[in-house]
This record gives sequence, structure tokens and C-alpha cells, in this order.
Amino acid sequence: MSTRQAVIVGGNRTPFVKAGGAYAQASGHDLLTAALDGLVARFGLAGERLDEVVAGAVLKHTRDFNLTREAVLGSALDPHTPACDLQQACGTGLEAVIYLANKIRLGQAAVGIAGGVDSASDAPIVVGERWRRALLAASRARKPLQRAAAFAALRPRDLAPVPPGVVEPRTGLTMGESQALTTRRWGITREAQDELAAASHHHLARAWNEGFFDDLVTPYLGVARDTVLRPDTSVEALAKLTPVFGGAEGTMTAGNSTALTDGASVVLLAEESTARARNWPVLARVVDAQVAAVDHTTGEEDLLLAGRRAIPVLLARNGWALGDFAFIEIHEAFAATVLATIAALEADGVGTVDRAKLNVNGSSLAAGHPFAATGGRIVASLATMLAARGPGAKGLISICAAGGQAVTAILEAV
Amino acid sequence: MGALESILTSPLGRRAAARAGLAEPPVLRRGRVLPEGPVLLADLPGGGVARATLAALGLPVAEPLLDLPENRAADERGRPQPPRYELRPGALVIDATGIREVAQLELLRQVLRPVMKRLADSGRVILLATDAATVDGVEARAVAQAMDGLMRTVGKELRGGATANLLWLAGGVGADDVGSTLAFLLEGRSAFVSGQAWRIRPRKPGDRAAPSGPAGASARPFEGRIVVVTGAARGIGAAIARTFRRDGAEIVAVDMPAAGESLAAVANGLRGSALQLDITVPDAGARIAAHVARVHGSDAKIWAIVHNAGITRDTMLANLDERRWASVLDVNLAAEMRINATLVDAALAGGLAENARIVGIASTSGWAGNKGQANYAASKAGVMGLVRAEADALAGRPITANAVAPGFIETDMTAAIPFVQREIFRRTNSLAQGGQPVDVAETLAYLCDPASGGVDGQVIRVCGQNIIGA
Repeated sequence: MSTRQAVIVGGNRTPFVKAGGAYAQASGHDLLTAALDGLVARFGLAGERLDEVVAGAVLKHTRDFNLTREAVLGSALDPHTPACDLQQACGTGLEAVIYLANKIRLGQAAVGIAGGVDSASDAPIVVGERWRRALLAASRARKPLQRAAAFAALRPRDLAPVPPGVVEPRTGLTMGESQALTTRRWGITREAQDELAAASHHHLARAWNEGFFDDLVTPYLGVARDTVLRPDTSVEALAKLTPVFGGAEGTMTAGNSTALTDGASVVLLAEESTARARNWPVLARVVDAQVAAVDHTTGEEDLLLAGRRAIPVLLARNGWALGDFAFIEIHEAFAATVLATIAALEADGVGTVDRAKLNVNGSSLAAGHPFAATGGRIVASLATMLAARGPGAKGLISICAAGGQAVTAILEAV
Repeated sequence: MGALESILTSPLGRRAAARAGLAEPPVLRRGRVLPEGPVLLADLPGGGVARATLAALGLPVAEPLLDLPENRAADERGRPQPPRYELRPGALVIDATGIREVAQLELLRQVLRPVMKRLADSGRVILLATDAATVDGVEARAVAQAMDGLMRTVGKELRGGATANLLWLAGGVGADDVGSTLAFLLEGRSAFVSGQAWRIRPRKPGDRAAPSGPAGASARPFEGRIVVVTGAARGIGAAIARTFRRDGAEIVAVDMPAAGESLAAVANGLRGSALQLDITVPDAGARIAAHVARVHGSDAKIWAIVHNAGITRDTMLANLDERRWASVLDVNLAAEMRINATLVDAALAGGLAENARIVGIASTSGWAGNKGQANYAASKAGVMGLVRAEADALAGRPITANAVAPGFIETDMTAAIPFVQREIFRRTNSLAQGGQPVDVAETLAYLCDPASGGVDGQVIRVCGQNIIGA
């Protein structure tokens, strides 16, 4: 085993903003650059060459094929800092942390940044398939007549743009529709979902008021706090909302489902001795990680419950039980996702999640969920919480992702 | 820009304003730029420190002309005129440290008269006297004080952006103690400092700082030194950070978390670091030290802390509630006091260096009071008291504590004042204009200069010799 440890040194994110809000005109590139620059300023890294920056986005323009490298070039970092893009749906941010932590442990990097960004406001819109083929044919044409012929077969309806899809290609169901099936299967009640959502808002509001995010967030475009956050929401207020998924008997509302959000987050990682030599805070080490997938295409497994496959593997490999963790972070894609994951872990005999350790400073329902940025948000916050708890404190992260996947990881304060 | 302002700033309006006596104010010489024209030295009997200082700064000096009856020539109407400088002098330094008798003050008049109308644009008159408190005898003390009224009048009579200032030297002050001050006053860095008098004493034992280097553009006194600037996200704070960076400092920019975006831009632009911090939290000093240690290493120490963060909550005292009162006093005065108390702990990692510099920002409002600013004026006068008290309390350590008191400075805040009022504030000083944020920054940087250890417990106004409270 390598003795090199990859540690979380710090993090930064933009405040998360509901899509169509203050960041509506900001591109993913702008948001990621802002998150990088905030981190660079916090650690005085302007002009410094890092070993690598890795980040990604779920909603991505073709022009952003080199999103992260371009963001590095737009940031205050030394332009000799290499960068690459990585994509693992909503697990992108956490997967980026794992990628960089592995490189650090293998000695391929000593200091780097991992993160993610998404702008639902700036989602790419593509043209229809027939229109696209006609454009490509026209671009290959050598003569004006050939060019005209390329468009001849088009009908007006072919010109309509195709909005970005959030449906699962193999089931044709949206995330919400898929989760609604899971919610019903596991008997997750409306009340339980609204309670979890209200708690998320109250926890996040408390963390903000305590100054928890002073060293984790840099304001952007005049926004200084997450705008999805409703500090004064309540179970009663949430109970009044009309269900949006699951038909007439549905229990999932806009209040207990995540909102489309814009934002970016980044995490500074370093090899432990490098971090200590620079007197950087060694918040937590990245202990281990595990991805898993379910076969949701048959309808027998739940799209967003791959965590039930990943977590037991991770626990077994490290010899730990759910009760060993000081904090457990389960990404709140929907309140029902978290509750169903907990129920599944219990049903599978993996163990019980102590709700007092769950998402204690709020999660995606309150903060919002700019897909690829969620992993960085959770990692930086959890590492800060673990460091405050003291050496040996462990935290578990589980993030569900499209395609029936989940990315999980363990951090431990050192 | 209002209608009146538009008219008065148009070409026609400018001509009309000039005829009405509102002449276009002079453009001031700024930066590490020496005066155009020779530096004259009037080395009066018993002096000597100015000559040694100017030599150490590498500045050649010329002899001044004397307004003696035999040196005068009649003009075309037969009136006797003082001797005339063919080449306009850039500065006149008068070393009057040995002057003890009323009759000797005539020597100052003799050197001053010929320069009053011939000094170059943004020229300088610098008077060195012995601190009245440290001379013996009734006449000597009266004479020392007389210099003050003389200097202030010179400041008011000079034109073309020229300034006059007075340095009171304590006994035993040598060239190394005065060098940074003389360089500051001669260079454009002191553009908006006029009509001021402050004290210089020998540097404290243990002040290991190097003597001031040669005057001029190449000086980088803060090379490798860490300077913390609060309220650095914009305005005067950002100008302070830029100025210290120009002079070599590693900048730690501090501001409220809500100002983080512009704070990060300032910090990254200067290759410094940003700390998002509400300075009124009880552990603000500890968090500053922790940040310094985190970014610069556990052995790093703060060379200088610039307490620039400040707020106004203006209202007449008749309407002033406890909330507006407390917030201004807390941000402008109490926070600075708490932070300094934490950082002076010599054992604190990331705390103040052995011979560090503490500087605060007072205000002419604190000096003179200002309608609608009871809370602000109290807090800013408090800053003056604070640095004097800290200088006393730290007498046994080579740390200095000083403050600047800005007058009308052109910022977003003063731009919001209605035009006519603003124009009045702006012009009621000897330089007939508002100062720039960089003028405040330059004065702070001078006070923090490693060679300025002889300046301690002083408050320097950066007000262009504003008539308010002068």
C-alpha cells in the first residue's frame, strides 16, 4: 500500500442560485472560473502552477469540450496548470475528487483542484436530428445546388429545437418519474419527505448564520447566499404544495425535490506531507471510494438507489459499520431518494443511519443541486465538519447519479 | 452627474467657472517621483541633520537665495524684489533644528520669500524643527512653536499643488530616523499632505530594519513582508493594497464575506490572498493570524496591519438609536482594538512581527466633529486615541502605531454627496481639490516603511490642508 495520503485542504463554491436567476447570463465557464478564483484567493495561489485541475459539467455545450482547461486559463492560476474534464452525471464532482485523490496517492500529483459546475440556465439546446443531418450534408456540399438539395427534404417541424433531455434513455422516464416509482415501492410518505426537506432548509440556514460558509463560499454576481434556501419554511408550508411526480396519489412536490440550479464548486487537495509543509489545514483524508450501478432498465431495481450496492462494498473493504461515522451525507436528489436509500440499507441488513448524523448542515434540497457541483459542495463541507470534530472522525458520502449509478466515498479527519 | 455638474464640467462651464474664481485645480505630482527642479537646503545655524539625511538619500542639494536688502533688485516700477530663481526650485528644506531665538526666525523668512512665487508645480517646503517639548528655556519653546504657524501659512500661500509640512525632531534623531519621512515628503507620495506637523524620535532599540534606501522609483521597502489590509475589497482599501504591493508587499486582503467576489479579484490581481471575515467577531484577530500562517507558513509574521475597514451610519444625534451607534463604534474602533490586542502576542503564529507597524484610519470628522456623524466622529477620534495609547503601551517593543486622518477623498462614497456640497468640501483646502485614495494609501505605506520606526503615536492628516479643524 502506498503511504501517500490525499487530503482535503479547503474548498470554495459560488452561492447556488435557482435556474433563471442571478446567474442566468453566466456560462458554466464563468461559474467554474469564479469558483476557482475564489479558492485561489483564499489560499494565495495566484500565479502558482498546480499539478492538475479536474472538473466537469453534466449540461455541457460542445464548445465547452475543454471546459476545465479553459476555466484555468481564465483564472488567476499559472496557465501552465494542466486540466481535464470528467463526467459522471450528478456524481461528477465527487468522481473528480476521487480521480485527483488517486493521482495524489499514486505520486502523479501533489497539489490539485477537483470540482464541477452546472448551469441549468445555460443549458445547450440542440437542433432536431433531420435538421442536424441536413446541416452536416450542406457543409460537405461543394456546389450551391448540392447545398440547396441538402435542405430540400426538410419540413417546418424539423426546425424546432430539441431541449436538453432529463429522461433516462432506456426507460423514457424522467428522474422524478423514476423516483416516484421508488417512492411508492418503499412506501415513503409525504410527511417523511416534507420533514426531511424542512430539516435540510433549517440546517443549512443555521450553518449560514453560524458563519460555517465564510471560508467555503465566495459571493458571485452580487449573490452572497444560496437562493434556493428558505430558512423559514416548515413542514406545514411544504404540506400545502401540489404533487408534481407520481400522478394523483403522488407525494413528491417541488418542495421535497431539488430545484434546477446554477453553481460551481471546487476542492483543494494535496498530498499530506505537502499540505503540512505549507502549513495548510489538513481537514480530512480521502480514505476510499466505490461506485456501483443498478440495472434499472428491467424496472426491478431503483434508478437512484445504487448507493445500496456501493455502500456495503465500501464498508466491508474498510471494516467499518454505518455507526462508525460521525457524519453521513446522502445527496438529496429528492427527499424520497434519501429515505429510500436508508430504508434499503436497513432492508439489506447493512445497518441503520442515525438521522442525527445525516446531512447536518443541509443538503441539496436547501442548497440546490447544480448537478456536477454537488460533489464538491459536499466534500468541502464534510471535510470542514470532520476537522472540527477532530482526528479519527469519519464521514460517508453517497451521491446517486443518472444511469442507475452511485458514487460513494469515505473521508476521515487526520 | 447632475445638470449643474454637467454645465460646470463642460468646456464653456470651465471657462465661466475660472472667471468666477473657481480655477481648475492643479494636477498633483504623485507616486515615487522626486520634484522637478533642484532641492534647496537651508542649513540654518545649529542644524545638520537635514544635510546628512539628504546625503544618505543620495539627493544633491543647492543653496537657497536669501532675501537680504543687498540681494534685491528693483522691478520696472522701482519696487525692490527678492532675488529671483532662474530655474524654479523643486523643494526647499529648512533645517531649523538649531533655532532657539525669536530674532533667528528672520533667517526662515529670508529663505522662504524668494521661493514663494518660484517654487515648481507640486513643489515642497519642508521645515525641520526641534520638538518644542524637548527644548529648554522659555524663548526656545516659543520659537519652536512659532514654526508651526509659519509652516501652516506657507501651505496656504503656496500655489500650483505645492505643499508645506513641519517635522518636530526629538533629541538624538539622526539621518536614519528622518530619511523615510524626508523621502516621502519630497516625492509625489505626499501629494495631498500639506499644512501638517508631526514628530520623529530616534528609532527604538531592537528596530532591526534597514535604513531607508535611496529616494525614487526603485524603492520596494516591503519586499517579502506580509501586509494585512482590512476593508480591501474596494475603494481606499483596494488602493492601499495596490500601493503596498507596488512596494513589494505580500498582501492579505480582508473584507466582509459578502464582499468576497471583489475581494478575491483584488487579492488575485495582486498575487495576494483573501480572507472573508467580519472583523467584529470576537476571534477576528486569531482568524487573521491563522490565515497568515495558513497561506505563508507557520513561521510567517505580519509586518504591518492596516485597519482600513470602516462604516458610516450617518444621522443627526437627535435621531441616533443604539443600533447605529453601536455598529459604527464596533467596526471602526472596538474591532481594531481587539484585533491588535490579539496580534501583539509575540508567541502567536501568524501574529505581528517583532518590529511591526500598526496603522489605523481616523478622519478629519474625528478631528473637528461633523454634523450627522456623532457615531463616526467619536469612533475616528477614538482611533487617534487608540494609536497614541498603543504607542505608549508598546514603548518597550519596536512596534509602532500610527494613524492617518483623511479629509475629502474621491471615492464612491463621496461621489454620492450632492454636487454643490461636494464641490465645497472638495475645494475648501489649500490644494483646491479632493484627494485620491492612493494619497491615503501612500501615507499609510510611509508610516509602515521599515525605515519609519521613528514615527510612533502620530496622526497625519491627508486632507490637502483642509480648513476644517486645522
